[in-house]
Amino acid sequence: MASELKKFDLRAEIDELISAGAANQAARRILELGRKESGPASAAFIVERVERLHGKIPLLEYRLAILRSFTLEPAVPMLRAAAFSCGLHLQVHIGDFNAYAQEILDPESSLYKFAPNAVILAVRTADLAPDLWQNFTALTPDAVSEATERVCNSFRQWLQAFRERSQAALIVHTLEQPPRPASGLLDSQSPASQTEAIQNINRELRQMAGERRGLYVFDYDALVARYGRLRWQDDRKWLTARMPIAADHLIHLSREWLRFLVPLTGKIAKALVVDLDNTIWGGVIGEDGMTGIKLSPEYPGAAYLELQRAMLDLSRRGILLAICSKNNLDDAMEALEKHPGMLLRPQHFSAMRINWNEKSQGLCEIAAELNIGIDSLAFLDDNPVEREQVRSALPDVTVIDLPEDPLQYAATLRECPVFERLTLSAEDQQRNALYGKQRERAQAEQSFQSKEDFYRFLEQEAEIAPVSPSTLARIAQLTQKTNQFNLTTRRYTEQQVSAMAGRSGWQVLSIRVRDRFGDHGLVGVAITRDEDEACEIDTFLLSCRVIGRTVETALLSNLAHSAVGRGRTILCGWFLPTKKNAPSREFYSRHGFELKMQNSEGSFWTLDLKGQPIACPEWIKITVPNGGEN
Amino acid sequence: MKPTVFEQIRRIASDLLAIPAERITAESSPQSIEAWDSHQHLNLVLAIEDKFNLQLSPEEIEQMKNIGQIAKIVEGKLKATPS
Repeated sequence: MASELKKFDLRAEIDELISAGAANQAARRILELGRKESGPASAAFIVERVERLHGKIPLLEYRLAILRSFTLEPAVPMLRAAAFSCGLHLQVHIGDFNAYAQEILDPESSLYKFAPNAVILAVRTADLAPDLWQNFTALTPDAVSEATERVCNSFRQWLQAFRERSQAALIVHTLEQPPRPASGLLDSQSPASQTEAIQNINRELRQMAGERRGLYVFDYDALVARYGRLRWQDDRKWLTARMPIAADHLIHLSREWLRFLVPLTGKIAKALVVDLDNTIWGGVIGEDGMTGIKLSPEYPGAAYLELQRAMLDLSRRGILLAICSKNNLDDAMEALEKHPGMLLRPQHFSAMRINWNEKSQGLCEIAAELNIGIDSLAFLDDNPVEREQVRSALPDVTVIDLPEDPLQYAATLRECPVFERLTLSAEDQQRNALYGKQRERAQAEQSFQSKEDFYRFLEQEAEIAPVSPSTLARIAQLTQKTNQFNLTTRRYTEQQVSAMAGRSGWQVLSIRVRDRFGDHGLVGVAITRDEDEACEIDTFLLSCRVIGRTVETALLSNLAHSAVGRGRTILCGWFLPTKKNAPSREFYSRHGFELKMQNSEGSFWTLDLKGQPIACPEWIKITVPNGGEN
Repeated sequence: MKPTVFEQIRRIASDLLAIPAERITAESSPQSIEAWDSHQHLNLVLAIEDKFNLQLSPEEIEQMKNIGQIAKIVEGKLKATPS
């Protein structure tokens, strides 16, 4: 009887798998539990089991500190459980109650000892600006602006002190509005209102974030408003346990935190692969035909239109769109090309697999075609069977669970943290168009006699430049995202890149590539460090978009020549193998470097600069930012 | 068959306190279970509110001295507001 019950008990199954040492299977079951239950109890269960599996399953380590003016401990297990579902092992340090200012200002505080990767500053309006919150009606307009200024100055002072002591990302909560303004309706009739005063502080925070690297604004006020101010708060818990948030909203707070951690850790999806029938339109095109499928501004077609709108927003954020669908190609293409309700057309999709093969196979082919890893794919399909097939065949793919109701599809997609970005580069916004050009380029390549003819035809121009304020964000982003052509896979934040560039003997360079098909934007990074007679390559990476076109040789040649120019006689560097950087494995040996050392981490290569310098391929024109050429 | 309120609360306590559900009885209390501190008591309250979709008053929380009493309070509230 007991064992009969256990069969259907996911928790018992997880514990049995852990005892049996089946770590990966246990992890899969824990993920399943996380999808089925989201409350505080299951979160505690998940966190405890993940700790037991720690070291036995591949997870990215990440350290988060939370500074706060209220009790938020109960949200932490939910955050850690959700982080596990994104492949993170999250360690959390919670600052002492209401001690956030001291912890920021004291360089010896437990905050800095914890050495966090990211810090959240969560302070309530009532605690930071009690006069604006509780005593607003007694304040003169001058006193209001004084209070506002005082709060903004405090933030400025904390942000500056924090940056002097830590390179971690800092996420600052905005101040929330009161559910009922103290002056009632009058508040809306005057520019010197309570609402306005708090908005001014939040506006100022956004301003500070725009001016500072690694500072991000968490719009706590908007989050509270989204779920309803009156329902969000729990006055009784506040008065008894200093916990101002109602039990059922803690999960929303922890999920919103996670949305920041996903892009910060690089656990993002680069492409969204969608099904067609009953996903981006209602009905089955092969059976219902062009006039039968549901896709229009009215119910029920509006639900699918709304999903397409959400997909379009993602594509403008730099996320590639692709199709993996079981249909007859002609039926599907007719709808994609000609259906009057479609917002998305074939040119919006960077890859398509419309056939009757397994979806997991289609996804592998799409990843290969787009030159991105399988773990960079997210998959959207209304059919739970297809989702399960993909989940079990390709556990690294982010499989999005769609609810039964199509009206919820768009919201589900928009909520998905793997599509979050904290900065947006020009490259991101044009990415889908660039991949379209890529297809043309691949067709051109096939029609040439030799590789060299093709390279000449491309008319490539490469601009190599030291890091500047306008390229810093993109450079850091490339170190965080590039997996395949990356010799050392060292991930850097903007603060770290900027610190390296400021150190003597260090060079941080970026390369921008243009060719006859278009501008690829900033696609490569090299970081070097001079020491004695040697110049060591710390980082050397290229976006997969330009691999295999000798751009890498041009960049390396530039490094060698400039090292000679600075009087160095040796160029050297590590190759640190990862699961994904096989395309760069032969890089040093192909360019005449000698293997000097090998250990469990990787191999160390050197090139004597007194010999033949590495030649820049004649078909690439190099430009340097001061306008000169070489 | 639906698990009783007592069984559901036992499961919640088992998750939060990381001890097997079989070892939790009606008499289990902060005195008999070491992991059950004030921090976990708050988690227990929140998990129960979340699970049964109700709100516990400070007076009720005060009376939650052991698992049996917790189950009784929750049962009482569920009867008062049939869902």
